[in-house]
Amino acid sequence: MTKKGLIQKAAASPHIVWAVLFIIAPLLFVVYYAFTDSEGKFTFSNIGELAQASYLEVFLRSICFAFLATVICLVIAYPIAYFMTKTSPRTQKILIMLVMLPQWLNFLIRTYSWMALLEDTGIINSLLDKIGIDPIHMINTSGAVILGMVYNYLPYMIIPLHSVMSKIDTRLLEAASDLGCSPFKVITSVVLPLSVSGIISGVTMVFVPSISTFYISQKLGGGNFDLIGDTIERQFQTAYNYNLGAAMSLVLMIIIMISMAIMNKYSGEDDGGVVV
Amino acid sequence: MNEKKIIELKGVAKSFDGEIILDNIDLDVHEKEFMTLLGPSGCGKTTTLRIIAGFVTPDSGEVMFDGELINDLPPYKRSVNTVFQKYALFPHLNVYENIAFALRLKKVSEEEIYERVEEMLTMVNLRGFEKRDVNLLSGGQQQRVAIARALINKPRVLLLDEPLGALDLKLRKDMQNELKNIQRKTGITFIYVTHDQEEALSMSDTVVVMANGKIQQIGTPTDIYNEPQNAFVADFIGESNIIDGVMLDDYKVKFSGQEFECLDKGFSKNEPVDVVVRPEDVDVVSPEKGMLCGVVDSVTFKGVHYEIIVTINNFKWMIQSTDYVAPTQSIGLYIEPDAIHIMKKSEYSNMFGDYSSFSDELDRLSDATEEEE
Repeated sequence: MTKKGLIQKAAASPHIVWAVLFIIAPLLFVVYYAFTDSEGKFTFSNIGELAQASYLEVFLRSICFAFLATVICLVIAYPIAYFMTKTSPRTQKILIMLVMLPQWLNFLIRTYSWMALLEDTGIINSLLDKIGIDPIHMINTSGAVILGMVYNYLPYMIIPLHSVMSKIDTRLLEAASDLGCSPFKVITSVVLPLSVSGIISGVTMVFVPSISTFYISQKLGGGNFDLIGDTIERQFQTAYNYNLGAAMSLVLMIIIMISMAIMNKYSGEDDGGVVV
Repeated sequence: MNEKKIIELKGVAKSFDGEIILDNIDLDVHEKEFMTLLGPSGCGKTTTLRIIAGFVTPDSGEVMFDGELINDLPPYKRSVNTVFQKYALFPHLNVYENIAFALRLKKVSEEEIYERVEEMLTMVNLRGFEKRDVNLLSGGQQQRVAIARALINKPRVLLLDEPLGALDLKLRKDMQNELKNIQRKTGITFIYVTHDQEEALSMSDTVVVMANGKIQQIGTPTDIYNEPQNAFVADFIGESNIIDGVMLDDYKVKFSGQEFECLDKGFSKNEPVDVVVRPEDVDVVSPEKGMLCGVVDSVTFKGVHYEIIVTINNFKWMIQSTDYVAPTQSIGLYIEPDAIHIMKKSEYSNMFGDYSSFSDELDRLSDATEEEE
């Protein structure tokens, strides 16, 4: 081996050590715990236990909520990102900062703020009361949980969409318009196909944290809507059933991997998608 | 050329950020005309084209199409199509789908789309390229796809924004011929933007010379070349010696300390004028026979002719001659009356001096390749 090759290997070693210690090893632990019982013997019972109706419901609900949150984020973020690209570069910078601004606040504080807003005697309802509208029950509903997800993860949809859209040559939009596209048609026939990689990135960056979140559902759902994240947290924090918790984590990982595989299939040869 | 007007611009003006880009433009475009907007970068030619396409709304003035005001008509409702600078092909569609784009929007039947796309591909010599990725085509091929895409809609007017700018010289010449053929065959009005005067002269029915947001001259290529209206046009189109002169009387002009016969009249007595003499119209004779005499500064062989620079009365003349003369040799110049063209003094007088340096010419050439807005 040449000297240069050795140096290169040496330079890469911290990264390899890091990857082994903090990525590969934890994964192996998860797999180990998922397939052993409390005495360390090999078993399928943890996985089998997850087939119970109550757990299936949790998985299904998590997928459902994460899916809804992702779709809502996409629907909200797409026009926002598009109109951002129509503004001057200066304005775009400011808008991006504004989009990211809530993220500067701690995640817990943001979620608590939403509780204060949504509660039956909270800020929104007292305002409604003042103008003579009956209070609306919002906190502890599935809507509140999904709202929490959308609010928290919306920036991660806007940013990749904006980044891809701002790279689309404006002459292509002019060409489309020139050839007979109405402004709406310009978006569907040119902007949309050219922003697929941004959609993939955004969907990934919203779906993955949404499906594994636990705090939002506890605070805004009042414990009525157990998600995978909540159940896993409980296994580790209160039930001390690491084996079942690990099995759930494993299944969650597989669900995410399948979702990503489906997404990447649609992205075709386009690069720029985020691989999780 | 058809006399029916298809597009009329009346007093069109446009500024961006307080800078005047177009200053009261009046322009008529006739049916089946090949019109070229010619000028240096920043002269407003592209803005004029974009106003006709509908991408830019003029600050004032009227844009008429078939006698109807279209100032506020969006691009997609206009029967004009554009061939963009650098083509602007859709990267997510193949050659066939790029060309079929406009027809797909109109919900034309699949058979008709196929027929018309094939017809376009035949016209631009790209049969067999249907499934090709447009990103992998050469510049010339992309250019053809762009032309086919713009023409499939059978527009009344085709706008071309420096379409050959990115091609090499040989390909450029071929495409010029092809474009001219396509224009003749289809009978579609072409409005062509370029900074290349040779391109403008060889392709157009009408040349519109623009500078500083104003139209300097509108005319046939021969008019523009032989009868430039001011020093800018004379300098921009071809090579020219532009000398200060005084119109003594009809058909009599004085410059370089000599009186000359000319074919121009209608100036007031002793009116100062700009005199244009094209370098190829000057005959080199022996000093005794010359109307003007001078010493040769330099001689450059250009293939077809020699380019001779000779100083007379502190003015450096350029002469193109097939006969060789040696530097430092004394020669005489003989200028026929029809080689002299008289122009009224304008804001461009004295801006284009003699041939003591070529620097500003070179500047302009390099500027023109840059993108203009």
